[in-house]
Amino acid sequence: MNENKKNVVLEEPEAKAQTKVEPKAEETPKISIPNLLTVTPSPHLRHRDSTRTIMLEVIFALLPALLWGTYVFGLRALLVCAICAGSCYLAEYVTQRAMGRPVTINDCSALLTGLLLGMNLPATAPAWLAIVGSVFAIMVVKQLFGGLGHNVFNPALAARVFLSLAWPSYMTNFTAPYARLLFSPADAVATATPLVSLKHGALPGASLLDMFLGNVGGTIGEVSAFFLLLGGLYLLVRKIITWHIPVTYIGTVALLTFAFPQVGGVARWEFMLYEVLAGGLIIGAFFMATDYVTSPSTRWGRMIFGAGAGLLVVFIRYFGGYPEGVSFSILVMNSLVWYIERATKPRVFGGAKKNA
Amino acid sequence: MTLSGIAKQFRSGILDNNPVLIQLLGMCPTLATTTSVANAIGMGLAATAVLTCSNILISLLRKFIPKQVRIAVFIVIISGFVTAVELLMKAYFFELYGALGLFIPLIVVNCIILARAEAFASKNPVLPSAIDGLASGIGFTSALVVIASVRELLGNGTFLGLEVLGKNYPDAVVFILPAGAFLTLGFIVALVQMLKNKADNKKCEKEAVAEALEKAATAAGEEVQA
Repeated sequence: MNENKKNVVLEEPEAKAQTKVEPKAEETPKISIPNLLTVTPSPHLRHRDSTRTIMLEVIFALLPALLWGTYVFGLRALLVCAICAGSCYLAEYVTQRAMGRPVTINDCSALLTGLLLGMNLPATAPAWLAIVGSVFAIMVVKQLFGGLGHNVFNPALAARVFLSLAWPSYMTNFTAPYARLLFSPADAVATATPLVSLKHGALPGASLLDMFLGNVGGTIGEVSAFFLLLGGLYLLVRKIITWHIPVTYIGTVALLTFAFPQVGGVARWEFMLYEVLAGGLIIGAFFMATDYVTSPSTRWGRMIFGAGAGLLVVFIRYFGGYPEGVSFSILVMNSLVWYIERATKPRVFGGAKKNA
Repeated sequence: MTLSGIAKQFRSGILDNNPVLIQLLGMCPTLATTTSVANAIGMGLAATAVLTCSNILISLLRKFIPKQVRIAVFIVIISGFVTAVELLMKAYFFELYGALGLFIPLIVVNCIILARAEAFASKNPVLPSAIDGLASGIGFTSALVVIASVRELLGNGTFLGLEVLGKNYPDAVVFILPAGAFLTLGFIVALVQMLKNKADNKKCEKEAVAEALEKAATAAGEEVQA
């Protein structure tokens, strides 16, 4: 009897404890819906566009500028971009697995981030720099904020800023055009970019035509205004982006540099064109400021976004410590998007006018 | 004042209620003076000294300080000790004094010190107040040292001035800059929260299991009795 009693006391609690702790795992039974009766909320119109197709279109639009960068700076430029794209892809997969999120690497957004980051690096960038930048872009800027659609800042740009704050000497090690680096940056001839000359109050040595075509020093993707405009035009025609941000962005910079030229002895319009073509303004305006996630979605919002970023670019170039202000200007405006969107919220169709 | 009570106070000041990593107080010195481990230790010890002394004095005077002007009185007491610490550092640790610069006089408005004075020392006797000040000060110092270690290691490749990562390590200057201070602090606070959540979950689970066992045992006992 005594033994029996003990057994009961010893065995029961364990069994009961298990059933007590377990119920968490048990969920309400799933309701199965027959396929015929699927009910979904509107919209019901379907379109061929998906995240994947849009990302691939943008990558396609970037290709001419990338090929030009490879032509001017050598195969190493292509290698840097490939390393960035590959490590972004991998970083996205690893982070999403580690955080227990659905893995969405097939939407190609990480690939685009990697390509943009690579095109924002000089061709002399060492491999580790590209990898660290990519991991920072995907892990810290994108996934820690919640992944695609939730990131406040453009991942590629934020990574570029991180890298240029962390390793400024590597990030400003620009080679002269047609140095044609193969794999090692050892034989690189350092050169001053047009922006650095402008910062020091002198016109760059390159002619306006050279700057338009891309026969100047700079990062892999930013040098050729012509091929970037070609890609940008493609995006506009395919209606991937709207004209609002690029036009107001570049327009504000043009207007301000026309009104307040910093270099004497040249025509105003000439100085203006130098400022517009120098640095990353065009790649920034068409490919980075227009990022769906980090720019406003209303028409007026986009125009405010572009004008604000343009104002900041001129301010940083004229008065700031850095020669280039495009990355900072877009990042600062990124952080204001929530406010711009709230301020430019359109009236609900059929709703009352505000001051009626 | 039992020994376990003292241990509990230390545990609270250093871990459970760490002024920097849990309460997020004193952000200004935390972000500004953690560029190197040596600076962090200097700042932490200076603040600990002021915190302990001011806690003791405020606790002694707690029955004489009029409630309406208590904050002003606290600040006068704190700034007295800060002046003393500042002069001592100027005399004996001039290099550190130069490195910390403005942040030594700014200890006057360090909100950890004011918080301990207001929340603890003005309501408790001398000995617990002294221990509270010391514990919070050690918590502050250890948090600063952790943040500074990461920043100095990544930003300079050194620890306490000693070469750690080798000559070929390309210093990530961003970690010495203010941006790196925010990044490092964010990641460390996130890590602490993760560990804390894990520990809390374990505690809850243990309690749940113990409760279930007890209930089951009593139920079984009743059954057998019946």
